[in-house]
Amino acid sequence: MNYLHSIGEYFLMLKGTFHRMTKGSVLRGLILKELDDLIIGSMGIVSFLSFFIGAVVALQTALNLNNPLIPKSLVAYAARQSIILEFAPTFISIIMAGKVGSYITSSIGSMNVTEQIDALEVMGINSLNYLIFPKIIAMLFYPFVIAISMFLGILGAYTAAVMGGFVPPDIFVQGLQEDFIPFHLVYAFIKTFLFAFILATVPAYHGYYMKGGALEVGQASTTSFVWTSVVIIITNYAVTQLLLS
Amino acid sequence: MIEVENLHKAFDGEEVLKGIDFTFEKSKTNLIIGQSGSGKSVLLKCLLGLFTPEKGVIKYDGKPYTEFTEDEKKDLSKQIGMVFQGGALFDSMTVEENVLFPLRMFTKKKKKENLERVKEVLKRVNLDGSEKKMPSEISGGMQKRVSIARAIVNRPKYLFCDEPNSGLDPKTATVIDNLIQEITHEYDITTIIITHDMNSVLEIGEKIAFLKDGVLVWKGDKSQIFQTDDEAVTDFVYSSNLFQKVREAQQKEL
Repeated sequence: MNYLHSIGEYFLMLKGTFHRMTKGSVLRGLILKELDDLIIGSMGIVSFLSFFIGAVVALQTALNLNNPLIPKSLVAYAARQSIILEFAPTFISIIMAGKVGSYITSSIGSMNVTEQIDALEVMGINSLNYLIFPKIIAMLFYPFVIAISMFLGILGAYTAAVMGGFVPPDIFVQGLQEDFIPFHLVYAFIKTFLFAFILATVPAYHGYYMKGGALEVGQASTTSFVWTSVVIIITNYAVTQLLLS
Repeated sequence: MIEVENLHKAFDGEEVLKGIDFTFEKSKTNLIIGQSGSGKSVLLKCLLGLFTPEKGVIKYDGKPYTEFTEDEKKDLSKQIGMVFQGGALFDSMTVEENVLFPLRMFTKKKKKENLERVKEVLKRVNLDGSEKKMPSEISGGMQKRVSIARAIVNRPKYLFCDEPNSGLDPKTATVIDNLIQEITHEYDITTIIITHDMNSVLEIGEKIAFLKDGVLVWKGDKSQIFQTDDEAVTDFVYSSNLFQKVREAQQKEL
């Protein structure tokens, strides 16, 4: 029953988020701030992880291809497919659930326990719209992060495979272009948009409705990471089933 | 002026406010006092519209809240200033931005005019020079003063204060109490303060409502509180060692 209550509360929160909009000039500033915190602030870790995970994927594939009948271009093909289909959109989103999700939960949770949300409500401001709407809009730019992650992942794979002497550069590029299905990119970006919405709203829910003090803010951040990851994984499965099978 | 008639509020079937009747007068510091759990904060939240009472009427300047249209409710919220127990300052904003916030949200004036008003209000609460500081960089007393400045910057008709001097040393607490009283008279507003601090009661209690277990058991002013025979009030007043000793000394003199 608690789960049903939480799911209902989550959808009511979403409804409240798109009501009684905050003044445009104030909202603009909030969106820019969230863009800086959520998107620009995540670029460093996403770039670092993408490059090295891409490199490791290429290395692992190259090291496990012992059969001379299997073409070396498979290293690039495998790296491209794994990065575009799962690593960049899903794996990075799970990491973002830890980074961005915890930040959203703890920042809203702290405002909750220090009565800052009450202060907004008393002033007649729709706190849901003020706090959550800018985050949703900022996260619309999340696909750019994932696009950069895809590029850097493949660059990492190229660097490891070519510099490591496993695959010649022209063969790697040929492998990247082999059997490329453009719809795979569409699929990856459709789920990225869904993950962006989940990343903005599920942690916000956990911060907004938490009760207690500083200790509970920490607990809410952990719970938020777990639930955001669970929702992302389930959504990933549903979207893959719907679009690719 | 805010009038409360037969106000009832319950949570999970348990009645927290049991038929409160009281008039909070304009240009006076109206205090709601009582022990923890007596229903003070619930009453305040009902007055602020954060809780909906089960029964009873709350009238703002004679008009029942239930008869307010959505636009009137919106206007009313702009006429309310609130000083929270912990200050509730936005910690991502500077002192100036905190005080500017209600003006940015609700006025169409130019930024320059708004900043002038902020400067004027910060000067009023003796905080000129602290504009660029973050809330974490100033003391608890200063945070309370910023909170007061934010509450009055939009020239409200009603000022609500939830234990405005809790956590402050006695000297700073008196400064805050006096500041609230001065502002109440200066701006001609209805001020409602929740407190369980007897020093505040003696300092600024121009009208007092005493709550016990959700019931309004006594009303009066600071000059009457030591003369009442009401057991609940005397228990509360003399629960402080200081006041108890004063009473013992007075009795010895008699």
